[in-house]
Amino acid sequence: MTSEFAVELRDVVKQFITPEGNQLNAVDHVTMQIKNGEFFSMLGSSGCGKTTSLRMIAGFEWTTEGEVYIEGKPMGHTPPFQRKVNTVFQSYALFQHMSVYQNIAFGLEMEGVKEEEIKKRVGRALEMVQLTGMERRKPKQLSGGQQQRVAVARALVKTPDVLLLDEPLGALDLKLRKEMQLELKALQQQLGITFVYVTHDQEEALTMSDRIAVMSQGKVQQMGTPVEIYERPANKFVADFIGESNFLEGKIKSLEKDDARVFIPALNMEIRGLPISEGLVKGEEVVVSIRPEKIRITDKNAKAENLFHAVVKNTVYIGADTHIYVSAQGVNLKVLEQNHISRLDPNSFYHVGQDVGLMLMPENTLVLKKDA
Amino acid sequence: MLKRLRENKSIQGTLLALPTTAWLFVLLIIPLVLTLIISFGRRSPDGNVIYTFTLDNYIRLFGYSTNCDNGQASCFDPLYVQILWRSLTLAFNTTLIVITMAYPLAYFIARAHPKKRNTYLFMVLIPLWTNFVIRVYAWMMLLRKEGAINIILGTVAGWLHINFAPLELLYTPGAVLVGMVYEFLPFMILPIYTSLEKIDTSLYEAAADLGANSIKTLLRVTLPLSMPGVVAGTILVFIPVMGTFIVSDILGGRQVILIGNLIQRQFLDARDPAFGSSASLILMIMTLIVTYFYTRKFGFGEEIIAA
Repeated sequence: MTSEFAVELRDVVKQFITPEGNQLNAVDHVTMQIKNGEFFSMLGSSGCGKTTSLRMIAGFEWTTEGEVYIEGKPMGHTPPFQRKVNTVFQSYALFQHMSVYQNIAFGLEMEGVKEEEIKKRVGRALEMVQLTGMERRKPKQLSGGQQQRVAVARALVKTPDVLLLDEPLGALDLKLRKEMQLELKALQQQLGITFVYVTHDQEEALTMSDRIAVMSQGKVQQMGTPVEIYERPANKFVADFIGESNFLEGKIKSLEKDDARVFIPALNMEIRGLPISEGLVKGEEVVVSIRPEKIRITDKNAKAENLFHAVVKNTVYIGADTHIYVSAQGVNLKVLEQNHISRLDPNSFYHVGQDVGLMLMPENTLVLKKDA
Repeated sequence: MLKRLRENKSIQGTLLALPTTAWLFVLLIIPLVLTLIISFGRRSPDGNVIYTFTLDNYIRLFGYSTNCDNGQASCFDPLYVQILWRSLTLAFNTTLIVITMAYPLAYFIARAHPKKRNTYLFMVLIPLWTNFVIRVYAWMMLLRKEGAINIILGTVAGWLHINFAPLELLYTPGAVLVGMVYEFLPFMILPIYTSLEKIDTSLYEAAADLGANSIKTLLRVTLPLSMPGVVAGTILVFIPVMGTFIVSDILGGRQVILIGNLIQRQFLDARDPAFGSSASLILMIMTLIVTYFYTRKFGFGEEIIAA
C-alpha cells in the first residue's frame, strides 16, 4: 500500500446531458478520501450522485472534471480491467450461461491464472461466502441471497484493493438483508480490504459503515462516522435525511459560550444553554433540530428550563417504542418514547387531548443554518 | 349442463383445445396424409394420379432410372440426388453467410442509442414491405448483362482504359446464393437483435470489471448469451431456403434447379403429382432430420420465441 488513501476523489465533476439537452452535474465537485481498510458508505436518495461516483471509481464512467485516485495513482481513462477494484452490481450481473464455479473462475481465467490455482482460489472464495457444494449450480437455480453471495465471491476472488458495492442488498427481503449486512461487515473486517458501499438505506449505512458520505444533488452534504452524522448533522438536509427530526424556526438572541439562546416565535419561548455551532451570528434566522427520542415528556405542571406545554394529538404503538404526536401552540412535533414497561394497561399511554409538558435538553438540541 | 361445464376442468380443456386441434387437422394432418397417399401412386397418361401402392417414385428420386443411354434396362441417374444435395448445401451456405452478416449488424443495432434503434430496425424491415417476387426481380435488374452492376463496372473500366466484357452474373449458383441471402437476412437480424437487446449492460460491465477486454467479452459473454437468437434465426432461415423455388427460378434460370423447383415443375409442368408428392415428403424429411440434430444440440431458441 503506497498511499494512505485507498480511493480519493479530488474535485470530481460528472456532467450528463439530459434528454432535453440540458447539462446536469450528476456529481458536482465532490472530494472525498477513503482510507485503507475502511468500510465507507455513500448514502443518499436516488439521483444524488452516489452510484455515478462509484462507477467513476470502477472505471465505467470517466470524470468530466477532477480526478479519481486509487492507491495514490491518478486513474484518468484507465479501463475497468486495469484497476485493482472490483464491483458487486446491484442486479448481481451474474453470467446466466455459466455455473457458479465458472462465474467465480471467470476473472481469474482472464488474468491467466493456472487451472489448479483457480480451483483452489474459487474453493476458498466459495467457503468464504458459505456456498461450498454449489459449484455446479446455475445462477437461476439459486435464491436471491445465494446469487448475492456468488457476486461477492466473484469480485473478492480477484483480491482487489477495493471492493465496490452498488446497493447489493436492495433486492433482498428485510430479514435476509439484515443478516447479509452483518455478514458483509464481518467479511470486510476479516479481509481487511476497503469496501465502498452505495446505499439509499440509512439504517444499512449506519449499521455497517466506519464512515459515511451523505450525498444530495451531486454534492457531499456531510462526511463522518455514523455517530457524528446522527448526533451532529451538519445541516438541515442531513438532520432530516438521517433519522427523524423536529424542526423549529427561530432567531439567535445571544451567542455566549455554552449558553447560546434562540427565540422560537411560534412557541413564544427562548431555548437556553444551547451549544454554539460554528459560523452562526447573533440575530441570524436559524432552525433548531430536535430528535423525537430526545424530547422528554413530563407532567404539565412541571417547572424547568426549556419546558413548554403541548396537547397530545395521537399515540402510535410500534412495539419497541411509542410515537406520540403533539401540538404546541399549533406547532406539530413528534416525540418517541421507548416502551420500558409493558403497555398492556391502556392507561399507560398518554391519551389524546392530554396536556403535557415537553422538555428539551440543550446538549441534544442542534442549531442549524436556515438556508441549508 | 352449464354448471357441470364450469366445474369440470378436463371438459373445459378439451373444449378450449378444440379449435386448434380442428385447425391442425384440416390444414396440416389431412394434406399431409393426402400427400403421402399420392406419393405412393403413379402418373396416369392424362396427368392424373392412379392410386396404388408403389415405391417407384422414391426409387427414382434416389437415382434408379429406366431411361438409359446404353440400352441397359436400368442404371444410376444422379440427377435428383444432385438436386437434393445442391438444395442442402445452398441452404447451409445461405444460413452461414446470413449469420455472419446479421450478427454484427444486430449487435450494432442492439448497442446503438435506444432512440436510434427503432430507426435501424425500421430500415431492416422496409424491404419486407415489397413483394417477395418483385425484390427478386430487382436483383435480376442488377445482375443482368446490361444490369446496373455491369454498367458501373464497365464505366469504371472505361475510365481506367481497361477492356471490359460484361460479366455473366445472372443464372449462376452465385446469383441464387446472393438472392437467398438478401431475402432471408432480416429473419436472422431480428431474432439475434432481440436476444442481444435483452442482455443487461451490467453484464458487459461485469466482464470488463473482471478483466475481460472487448474480444473476450464478445466470445465468453455476448456470443453464448445471444445463441438463442442465432438458433431461432437459423431455423427461420434454413427451413424456407430449403423449400423456396422463386429465387432459384428467377435468378438461376434453368441452370440452378433446387428441390423446390423440382416439386413445382412436377405439379405444374410435368403433371406428375405422384412424383412431386414424394419429392415433397423427402424434402420435409431432410429438413426435419437437419432441424432435429440442430435443435438437439442447441435447443429451439425458446427464449426468443417466447419473447
